[in-house]
Amino acid sequence: MWSRNNAVPALAAAAGLLVCASIALIFFWIPEDADQGISQKIFYFHVPIALTAYACFGWGALKAFLHLWRRPPGADLESYVAIHQGVIFGALTLITGSIWARASWGVWWAWSSEQLVLFLVLFLFYSAYFMLRFSVEPGPARANLCAVYALFGVVLIPISFLAIRLANDFIHPTVFTSQGPQMAGSMFFTFCVAWAAILTLAAALYHIELAGKRLDVSLRELRERLA
Amino acid sequence: MTQGQYLAAAYLVVFAVVLAYMLIIGLKLVRLQREVGQIARLAAERDPAPEAGTERAPERQEIGVG
Repeated sequence: MWSRNNAVPALAAAAGLLVCASIALIFFWIPEDADQGISQKIFYFHVPIALTAYACFGWGALKAFLHLWRRPPGADLESYVAIHQGVIFGALTLITGSIWARASWGVWWAWSSEQLVLFLVLFLFYSAYFMLRFSVEPGPARANLCAVYALFGVVLIPISFLAIRLANDFIHPTVFTSQGPQMAGSMFFTFCVAWAAILTLAAALYHIELAGKRLDVSLRELRERLA
Repeated sequence: MTQGQYLAAAYLVVFAVVLAYMLIIGLKLVRLQREVGQIARLAAERDPAPEAGTERAPERQEIGVG
């Protein structure tokens, strides 16, 4: 019978296949960018990782909202794991973006770029979530505090996402406009495969980490009962 | 550094972080496995299993029906 645990190996296998496919497409199929050269290929992992970080923060905020509204068991843990994933992908976004900026424009960081600074603010906001979580005793009070904090952070996601369009700076040229993606069909296809790969990878890691955390909680309860 | 080296560095960082994450999860699983073993031993000490050849007292009594 199909259960939630069956999803983990299936997701992990799909993530592995999609990551291999996207690497093959990036390095052996799509042409080099005429303007930026080979360093433009960072785009195919950098942007999907950034979008996945937004998705993880959004998922964490949704679970936090559900925790406050309906109080389903485990929503607090799910919110925490999603935010943890978001911080990992957020760190990767900052690192890969910084390398790309250095390769293409000769700077590691530009404080004048609203997009970069807003993403850093979002990343630091959710990094502080862990300071809050681990400074309060486990229990309903901690779950409620963390849920409210996670919900506040979600406001920053659309601001950070739209900043790229509002700022119009030299670091982030707008690729996706109302006229569609401003790139060749092969490039857009590769971008979609890479995004699917990163999203599937994030989903697999989310379920693996969540299963570990649930097992940890069950073992702690069992140990307390036996003590 | 050349453009190709920057590209390699960006992709290597991603794979290094994912590998480190998987290593941490693997170490956590080893710890959980050890804890399961400890809890199983604790449970066995509290409620020892019957020795081979000896039977436990039946939990339900036989009753006549009909």
